[in-house]
Amino acid sequence: MTERASLPLAGPSFGADPSFVDLLRRERPDTLEHLRQTISADAAAWVAHGTTVLGFSYADGVIVAGDRRATAGYAIADDKMRKVFAADGYSAIAIAGAAGMAVEMVKLFQLELEHYEKLTGDRLSLEGKANRLAQLIRQNFPLAMQGLVVVPLFGGFDERRGQGRLFYYDATGGKWEEEDYQATGSGSQPAKNSLKKRWRPDLTRDEAVRVSVEALLDASEDDVATGGPNIARRIYPTVLTVTASGAEDVPEDDVASASAELLEERS
Amino acid sequence: MSFMPYVAPEQMMKDRSDYAHKGIARGRSVIGVEYDDGLLFIAENPSATLHKISEIYDRIAFAGVGKYSEFEDLRIAGIRLADLRGYSYGREDVKARDLANAYSQALSNIFTQQMKPYEVEILVGEVDGESEAGTSLYHILFDGSVTDEHGFVAIGGHAEELTETLQSRYAEGWGLAAAVRTAVEVLGSPESRTLEPATIEAGVLERSRPQRRKFRRMDDGEIGELLPA
Repeated sequence: MTERASLPLAGPSFGADPSFVDLLRRERPDTLEHLRQTISADAAAWVAHGTTVLGFSYADGVIVAGDRRATAGYAIADDKMRKVFAADGYSAIAIAGAAGMAVEMVKLFQLELEHYEKLTGDRLSLEGKANRLAQLIRQNFPLAMQGLVVVPLFGGFDERRGQGRLFYYDATGGKWEEEDYQATGSGSQPAKNSLKKRWRPDLTRDEAVRVSVEALLDASEDDVATGGPNIARRIYPTVLTVTASGAEDVPEDDVASASAELLEERS
Repeated sequence: MSFMPYVAPEQMMKDRSDYAHKGIARGRSVIGVEYDDGLLFIAENPSATLHKISEIYDRIAFAGVGKYSEFEDLRIAGIRLADLRGYSYGREDVKARDLANAYSQALSNIFTQQMKPYEVEILVGEVDGESEAGTSLYHILFDGSVTDEHGFVAIGGHAEELTETLQSRYAEGWGLAAAVRTAVEVLGSPESRTLEPATIEAGVLERSRPQRRKFRRMDDGEIGELLPA
């Protein structure tokens, strides 16, 4: 068999494997190696951790939001970190946990979806994307089981069913579908308590933005690791909606005015 | 014990080349043309799902003619190479030129070292930056030879005839509608046929597209609207 230049042509297996992560493992195993290394629990405590993210369904689809703080031990590592991302055109992923690993997981997941889409000419079904994410966690993030927990929320618009759906995971790769609302990370308990009172399935888009910002504000008041809206420095939560017309960032101005209103009410 | 008869290398290359040419000539053609907002790939393709034109990366598209399994193989290899590069370095470091080189190497090796050459010709197009200066269009043949095309190119069955017709019809800086209309007429010209929108496959790399991924497939409705009724 001759070497075909640097083009990784389809191997001897039947059919082309549409997975980017599998391709990476074949062609560049070294790049995934660092995800498998282990570090002590002491060291883990001083790695930057992203904190609270939440998601829920509303009238048009799902909304996913996160605060902007990352902590390392007792220090604030970053106050402008982004933890909510569009995974592809019709889904979003939000991650709480060890920041470096979380960002890597998001990057791999985004590439996984795009690679599949380009290779097969079809987008994965929402169920397919959610399953793939569970496998990614199980296969590539053994550290998740050792205290460096990376726990994602995944929301998207199911084009076949015509509705928004939300999934949450744990560090073992377990996947559950959530019909109402869900939050993960250090401030998840106060955030859930807030959502319990404010959430309704038929919230409009503006109401949903407000409810998500309020839950994060409540989390920031009860949890030191969750950052609240900071008007002086113009730092606001990241909020993303996924509807029939796709995944879209809620403009910062909308989040800012919702934050300002809530803070006003509480002053 | 059997002996292989001696065949002069010139003869061997010529035989392979003839074989590949024949395979490609049996198939239909693809046209690649520049227009004011990017690059258009357009082909006659009765199948709505077995594509000849597809996306490789953010600003790079691919088109192939000849044997489907072979150019599909190349398309997949191209996507893999591009995605690996983009992951290892940065998204803007994935360039059509590198891809054209990789295709050229691979096809050249297959042509000289394997029993049968690939019966394919491919196009790799890119729109880089905000102006027409960043547009490139590479034409790669079954033996690995590459040409850097400007403005327009036709590959496949009636390539020469189509390129000649395109030469007289191509207008620099024209819009998408004019480019599609002309390309469809040119595709039908060798046998004086009028092609239906349903049998046309088209994809564009649109510079002005707000998304990171500039490739967009045109559907039958959109093509139909651009064609004269």
